[in-house]
Amino acid sequence: MSDQTVQNFESLAPSAGQKFTQRVLPLAVFALIILIIPMFNPSNLMLTLLNVMGINIVFALSYNMLLGRGGLLSFGHAVYFGLGGYAAVHAMRAIENASYGDGGFWASYPVFFLPVIGFGVGALAGAIIGWPSCRRAGTPFAMISLGVAELIAAAGFMFGSIFGGEEGISGDRMNGPELFGLSLGPINEVYWFIAFWTILGTVGIYAFTRTPLGKMSEATRDNPERVEFVGYDPQRVRYLVFIFAGGFAGLAGGMAAVQYEIFTPEAVSLAPSGMVLLMAYIGGIRYFAGPILGAVVLTYMQSMLSDYSEAWLLYLGILFMAIVMFAPGGLAGIVAGLFNGLRADDRSERVSKWAIMVVGCVLAFVGLVALVEVAIRWSNGYGEVFEPFGMHLPTASVLTWVLIVLPLAAGFAILRFGATRNKEGQA
Amino acid sequence: MTVAALSITDLKKNFGPAEIIRGVNLEIEKGERHAIIGPNGAGKSTLFNLISGGYHPSSGSIKLNGAEIGGTKPFQINRMGLSRSFQVSNIFANMSVRENVRCGVLYSMGYGYSFWRNVGNLKEVQRKTAEILERVDLLDKANLPAALLPYADQRTLEIAITIAGGAEVILLDEPTAGMSHSETDRAVALIKQATEGKTLLIVEHDMGVVFNMADRISVLVYGEIIATGKPSEIRGDPKVREAYLGDEADALEGDAA
Repeated sequence: MSDQTVQNFESLAPSAGQKFTQRVLPLAVFALIILIIPMFNPSNLMLTLLNVMGINIVFALSYNMLLGRGGLLSFGHAVYFGLGGYAAVHAMRAIENASYGDGGFWASYPVFFLPVIGFGVGALAGAIIGWPSCRRAGTPFAMISLGVAELIAAAGFMFGSIFGGEEGISGDRMNGPELFGLSLGPINEVYWFIAFWTILGTVGIYAFTRTPLGKMSEATRDNPERVEFVGYDPQRVRYLVFIFAGGFAGLAGGMAAVQYEIFTPEAVSLAPSGMVLLMAYIGGIRYFAGPILGAVVLTYMQSMLSDYSEAWLLYLGILFMAIVMFAPGGLAGIVAGLFNGLRADDRSERVSKWAIMVVGCVLAFVGLVALVEVAIRWSNGYGEVFEPFGMHLPTASVLTWVLIVLPLAAGFAILRFGATRNKEGQA
Repeated sequence: MTVAALSITDLKKNFGPAEIIRGVNLEIEKGERHAIIGPNGAGKSTLFNLISGGYHPSSGSIKLNGAEIGGTKPFQINRMGLSRSFQVSNIFANMSVRENVRCGVLYSMGYGYSFWRNVGNLKEVQRKTAEILERVDLLDKANLPAALLPYADQRTLEIAITIAGGAEVILLDEPTAGMSHSETDRAVALIKQATEGKTLLIVEHDMGVVFNMADRISVLVYGEIIATGKPSEIRGDPKVREAYLGDEADALEGDAA
């Protein structure tokens, strides 16, 4: 081999500048956003929302270690979140008891570091449950994860001393030694705690993707057969990734324990397991930032949209189905597509295409919302009437049905027109 | 006498009542280029899968440098110094060419399952990767997504991943399948150069490639090796001509001339 390559082998890898703009800069911007938010004096309600977003960001990123990076579809990831969270709440109680009692180890353990306990217990649960479930990928893995989730969810209502029965286990975060001058009492102090662990968790999970194990996890997702012939045991790769994913989910659980000061068996049930799947998938599992985006959007929908409409879960379901069918890259994929499209040569053509799609989507969505909202009021039977923008839309009115059918039909017609035109363009 | 790189004795494999490999004996010396030929359905792929750990032998033994590997898992066999390519391109489609080769390099350089190192900082891994890429002439395509490579280049990448781990015994399963004449010539030159000094076991349908590359040839027919020898011996063997080569053998005379 020539000396020239020996000298230039580094030129194959991305340059320092590229590394900075592609890896360091996005993380730095992410951290910066988190750090400057308090300068805008957000309300307590807003802070609570942001804290939940931070928890969900770490949780969704940990889920994507399995789904996006490892190709492992889990229906029971909340198990590790929940077990980590429960462990943190129990530790929080131990801190409380120790600081009013005879001291000892827990008296000197700061509440600020409870997510470490969550990480440890989540990873331990991953190590135990992953042992049988990571032997196979694909459908068997998904089925086993579902079985385990059912098992733990059922156990949640049985083992009262661990899970606290229906009312759960609660603690008080304002005990033990204070760190960084944070009493963790008021919500704005909890924000710094959440910010710290969100940034640390995100950087940690990103760093994991850069390790040999992280890379082989992607290789195992793509081609487990080939992985065996470069010296790796795919089962072992999956198992180790599973432990880390469990650990980071537990970390998020530990963050939640401090935020809520209570954990109930719902936390280990199927509902949050499904929610984290939706966050990661809607955000975009092929992009590192995807789950972050998904966690932010879905957390917002969960708390804000539910104020506007009791049918918000329907909208979430529609969003999920639309993403699966039409935008498998998720929200991050759409953003990346827009970004690349605007820099392409045929950008004017693309923009007009997008404009058509957006108009179609908006129209279809307007019709759909009207239909759902009118239907749910009719179904409730309280005689309530859907009144958007000062309009009066009772079930029996012709105007209502015009406002439902017309946008729906027009929207789908436009989308269909756009789709056929795209196909002709490709042919 | 030195230990054979690969030594197969009385190897049998049956799937239920179907006997696919019916007692194969084969000795391959270190540094030898050995080709296995045979009609479709003779059991060539099954034999490959048995050697590389894909299947468990029903009976018999397979020894790699004197150590039994029959029934061992593929990744263990790989770590013992045997690597294989596949008939259909079997690459990591979502990664760049460079990352593909890097996956092949990592384990052999001792980085195993490590989760505390940044792959970007592993200088010797980068150096080795670049070396492999240069050896197979893919250096200028290093940062392309592997899935976008032309077919012939994907086959080359397949070979690059196969040799990346530094295995001493290389199994190539129809490395030139589906290639044009000029691509085949290039591939043969590349394989010869990239596997220099290594033991090579190759299954190939293209007789030109086989007789050009192999030091010795074994003919597998219905799960048994009916002849093993130098290309000239195989070409002249009446049993082989009868069982398999026939018209192709005649064509060969022209090729070899």
